[in-house]
Amino acid sequence: MQTTEKQTTDKQNSAETMIEIKGLSVNFNTQRGVVKAVRNLSFSIPNGKTLALVGESGCGKSVTAHSINQLLPMPPGEIVSGEIWFRGEDLLKKSEKEMQKIRGVKISMIFQEPMTSLNPVFSVGRQIADVFLTHHALSKAEAWERAVELLNLVKIPSPAKRAESYPHQLSGGMRQRAMIAMALASPDPGLMIADEPTTALDVTIQAQILDLMVSLQQRIGMSLLLITHDMGVVAETADHVVVMYAGRKVEEGDVFSLFREPSHPYTLGLMNSLPSNEKYRGASRLEAIPGTVPDLLSIGEGCPFMNRCRYATEICGKEFPDETRLSENHSAWCHNLSAVKESK
Amino acid sequence: MNGDIVLKADRLHTVFEVKSQHQEKALLRAVNDVSLTIREGDVLGVVGESGCGKSTLGRTILRLEEKAAGEVLYRGTDIFSLHHKEMKQYRKKMQMIFQDPSSSLNPRKKVISLLKQPYKIHKMGSDAEIQERLESLMQEVGLNPRHQRRFPHQFSGGQRQRIGIARALALNPEFIVCDEAVSALDVSVQAQILNLLLDLQQKHKLTYMFISHDLSVVEFISTRIMVMYLGKIVELADKPELMANPLHPYTKTLFAAYPVNDPAKREQKKRVVMGDVPSPINPPPGCHFHPRCPYKMPICEEKYPEITEAAPGHQVACHLFNK
Repeated sequence: MQTTEKQTTDKQNSAETMIEIKGLSVNFNTQRGVVKAVRNLSFSIPNGKTLALVGESGCGKSVTAHSINQLLPMPPGEIVSGEIWFRGEDLLKKSEKEMQKIRGVKISMIFQEPMTSLNPVFSVGRQIADVFLTHHALSKAEAWERAVELLNLVKIPSPAKRAESYPHQLSGGMRQRAMIAMALASPDPGLMIADEPTTALDVTIQAQILDLMVSLQQRIGMSLLLITHDMGVVAETADHVVVMYAGRKVEEGDVFSLFREPSHPYTLGLMNSLPSNEKYRGASRLEAIPGTVPDLLSIGEGCPFMNRCRYATEICGKEFPDETRLSENHSAWCHNLSAVKESK
Repeated sequence: MNGDIVLKADRLHTVFEVKSQHQEKALLRAVNDVSLTIREGDVLGVVGESGCGKSTLGRTILRLEEKAAGEVLYRGTDIFSLHHKEMKQYRKKMQMIFQDPSSSLNPRKKVISLLKQPYKIHKMGSDAEIQERLESLMQEVGLNPRHQRRFPHQFSGGQRQRIGIARALALNPEFIVCDEAVSALDVSVQAQILNLLLDLQQKHKLTYMFISHDLSVVEFISTRIMVMYLGKIVELADKPELMANPLHPYTKTLFAAYPVNDPAKREQKKRVVMGDVPSPINPPPGCHFHPRCPYKMPICEEKYPEITEAAPGHQVACHLFNK
């Protein structure tokens, strides 16, 4: 083991990298068998940047987020292998006590439904003030004042009055703003994980929340891990994109390359499934991906997309492909990239 | 294009009695003075944010909710004037597809009995005929007839929606209200179901009212599009006209709020609209949109604008276009 050498390089990298995931594999040991939810996943997010993890239900994107925070129910969950380096430290080697000082402090999380993460019996001002009381030497009155300032920062109208509201008295968009405010109350926000943060919101409110997240992120220099199924949200907010399918990373790239030249058959299929795609102006059919997502219980060593892929060949069933670099910042994992490219 | 009128709603109102925060009775005007016509072969898309009344409108048109005022004419017949038995005959013609197939399918019934139900209710056909029809129906919506003895939970979300579609199609309807029919599905499956709905429409000459919060879906499937806000129609026009030339400030802000699937265009986006959608229980006086409207005039706070024709077939309810 060359741990010492590795750690020094990681420490150097940590100057620019907020979080780096290396070879993460997560299983769920269920009564029906082993579900391989995430397999050999690697990516990193530089300081102040946004990475979008995209994919459909069951692709492993939320499991990845929960692995970072170590919020996976274990058992049945099990992190089989991998490292999660956050500011030069491997989170998977931390004890639960150490994680408590990181979770919600350096790594905050926003969920799809903020009602489940806010405490219904305390006012939102109190809940934000509590974060200040825990981490800063402030009096209760000062903490309350800071909470109101934050509510103002996240653009909640009449923040002093709203601080006294209970979560159920706020609209969905307001609750999501309160969650963001709470994340910002921490003394040292490094990474924000947003799991489908706008999926439950109306589209005009979604636009406001995305706008807010991006502007605050730039202001504070936080990194953002955005988990979403919505390609439009990705196109508007992400710097870098990782596309997942059935637990595997199938394509990744900077947002411009990936949208300009989606290369993996699944990414292509996903883009073609969007009715807003330019090519469907006046068309009466979409190019849908046939079939459905495979059962993760019965997935072999090959490419999980092969059953739905029209480019699949014999080798696809045998082994998962290696990385193919398409450009400096753009890679795909597919055996038949040249065939895909020709047919485009 | 100019087929017969299948359905006509005239100054339709649907009102719910609700209790406000202080336990006082209040009226929620979910559908407020809506008039529209749907012609044979049309797909009328209805877009709007939560609480705009789009689902209630769909349900009232099928007489699944009682109206408060106005009328709904199905091929000229006022369906609210019909007795239960007569209405039953009309129910064969008018069907609905729901958003969440798992909550609209009885989990304790096998697919086959779920699909048989419509025939039993309407006492149509012998057992052998029904069985034959069921199998071709399953095939038609892309389900394997061999799976007819399975329960709903044994299917994926997309397949369950196919069951819901098969059930809506069972009695050979003419008009189907699709209420967020693809909203709960993953995009790749959503595309399959949209294709299926379009194929079925052509094959059976169906007319749809397609309700969705997702503009891209509505834009793809519709021939006409209607935009609602707090129970009212704010704009209604043929799809190409509305997409090219949206007039109402709400329509414009709504359209601008949808993310564009092209990162290169992100800088060009217009500013986002401020504020929340107000409560439909006590909507703002005058034009309901005025508190969020960038073009607000004094009259907007006082009077709700009448719906007017800004161009042939292009209706809009905004004082900017009231001359």
